[in-house]
Amino acid sequence: MSDMPFTATSFDKLCGEKKLMATRCKDCGKVELPPRPICTGCNSQNIEWTELNGKGKIVSFTVIGVGPWTMISEGYDRNNPYCSGIVEVEEGPRISTQIMGVDVANPENIKVGTPVTADFVERGSFSLVPEVANVRKTYLVFKAS
Amino acid sequence: MSKRKLGRGVAVAGYGMSKFGVLPGLDCRDMFVDAFKDLVNSVDKGLDPKDVEANYVGCCGAWNWEAQAGIAKWCTDWANLVPIPSTTIDNACASASVAIRNGIIGIASGLYDVVLAGGVEKMTTLPTEGTTLVLATGADKTWECYAGYTFPGLYATMATAHMNEYGTTPEDLMAVAIKNHNNGAINPVAQMPNTITQIMEQRQARAREKGKPVPGWVTEMDFLHDDQYNPMVAWPLRLFDCCPITDGAACVLLVAEDIAKNFTDTPIYVTGTGQASGRALHSRDTLTSIPASQIAAKQAYEMAGVGPADIKIAEVHDCFTIAEVMAISDLGFFKPGKDAATAAAEGKTARDGIKPINTSGGLKCKGHPVGASGAGMIGEVFHQMRGEAGARQVPNMDVNLAMTHNVGAHGTTVVVQIYERR
Repeated sequence: MSDMPFTATSFDKLCGEKKLMATRCKDCGKVELPPRPICTGCNSQNIEWTELNGKGKIVSFTVIGVGPWTMISEGYDRNNPYCSGIVEVEEGPRISTQIMGVDVANPENIKVGTPVTADFVERGSFSLVPEVANVRKTYLVFKAS
Repeated sequence: MSKRKLGRGVAVAGYGMSKFGVLPGLDCRDMFVDAFKDLVNSVDKGLDPKDVEANYVGCCGAWNWEAQAGIAKWCTDWANLVPIPSTTIDNACASASVAIRNGIIGIASGLYDVVLAGGVEKMTTLPTEGTTLVLATGADKTWECYAGYTFPGLYATMATAHMNEYGTTPEDLMAVAIKNHNNGAINPVAQMPNTITQIMEQRQARAREKGKPVPGWVTEMDFLHDDQYNPMVAWPLRLFDCCPITDGAACVLLVAEDIAKNFTDTPIYVTGTGQASGRALHSRDTLTSIPASQIAAKQAYEMAGVGPADIKIAEVHDCFTIAEVMAISDLGFFKPGKDAATAAAEGKTARDGIKPINTSGGLKCKGHPVGASGAGMIGEVFHQMRGEAGARQVPNMDVNLAMTHNVGAHGTTVVVQIYERR
């Protein structure tokens, strides 16, 4: 793993192994999710992968009825909406994610601060080109715990 | 960093636009030509097209919507301006403002005296799902679209945070839509030239004609709370919290200050310009304001040597109702939170309010052809500052200082500009 570049492609591969990995600056210790090749805290290029414990909380969210094709093809629509939001993980950083296990029929019942845990789902890819859109990969999601 | 000034003064001497709306049969270049012809006719003392030295065109997604790259070249060609340099600029919904800012920089540098700058977007070629996907690419494809985010979804997430932090209500946001519809209703170039009340009456009349049950709304708020007629798009944002999908083009004529009077007796001068970038939503410290707006505004205010209280009117980026609420606090017109959230409901941002905002009807009513919208905003301040805004002219106010605020995506680019009429 130490030789994997700090890219989304590496992150996807690690998700495929059901591992939630972030990057960590070896100089100042800042943990970054999404992973980054240059530290946003101190500009260091001295970066390593670090595994997260998968626990976090909802910072904000929405419930979407009209989604992009990646979500429509998973069966989501006005009658079956999904929750997307921002989760802050215990190690500090925040990431955009689909949030499962919340009351999407009554979004006013979903609370900022709700604890969530990492999980992984299979979905198609984000593209206008059908051949690319049909390529399935493993996505990080969070589940209300 | 020391305060920056333009190397020499720049003025806006003309403005033109195509129709804004659903325009079947018109490609980007066709709409751009319509805008250019309108611009030529707008120049009081005339414009010889041979004097135009460069063309900067903002366009967000012609690659996707029209399968055309490098659209500026074809706009230049069809406007018969070949061989002047053509530059296509994509900064999502701020594309036109970035194009215009680069035109300003081109003149301020001394390289050019007369520049055409604006933008164009053709958005209605794909089904709504396709346009939803293309618009979402204005956000971070890799890390935000990843989460199933749509464009309304990102602004909805900011609205949820605003409600959670400040107690902002859906009704506060609806009041922004009502105010902008009141302005758009008297804007002859608006895509949606109707008040909410007029839209309600149309829907009721249609139901009556078809022999269907006639909805019994009494107030505009009744209509805006109707799940059938104003459905949820991304909770807590409903359809009428969102701007329409629009085809259109708009452009401005930028000229060096020392020759501005050759074109018109009433040019408006660009006295401040600022531009900043922002990260993806999850990588920001705040979800209830747009940091790049604050930074771009600070640059523009410092360059112009004025403050928020000096600005008479502003066209701000209201792609969603929550965006206007954040804009008017990020620009320093209202305090963050309740003060900004209730400004529309309390009439403070109406045409006769203390700080008229989006007198054009905003993106909400005028329309939002994303790559062209920044130029459209300048059109409104150009007309207001020259006393040419007709029924929309703000009353009891000499509009000698105005601002445009154009956000790319959900705050990953912001351009703020200040204009003065002398």
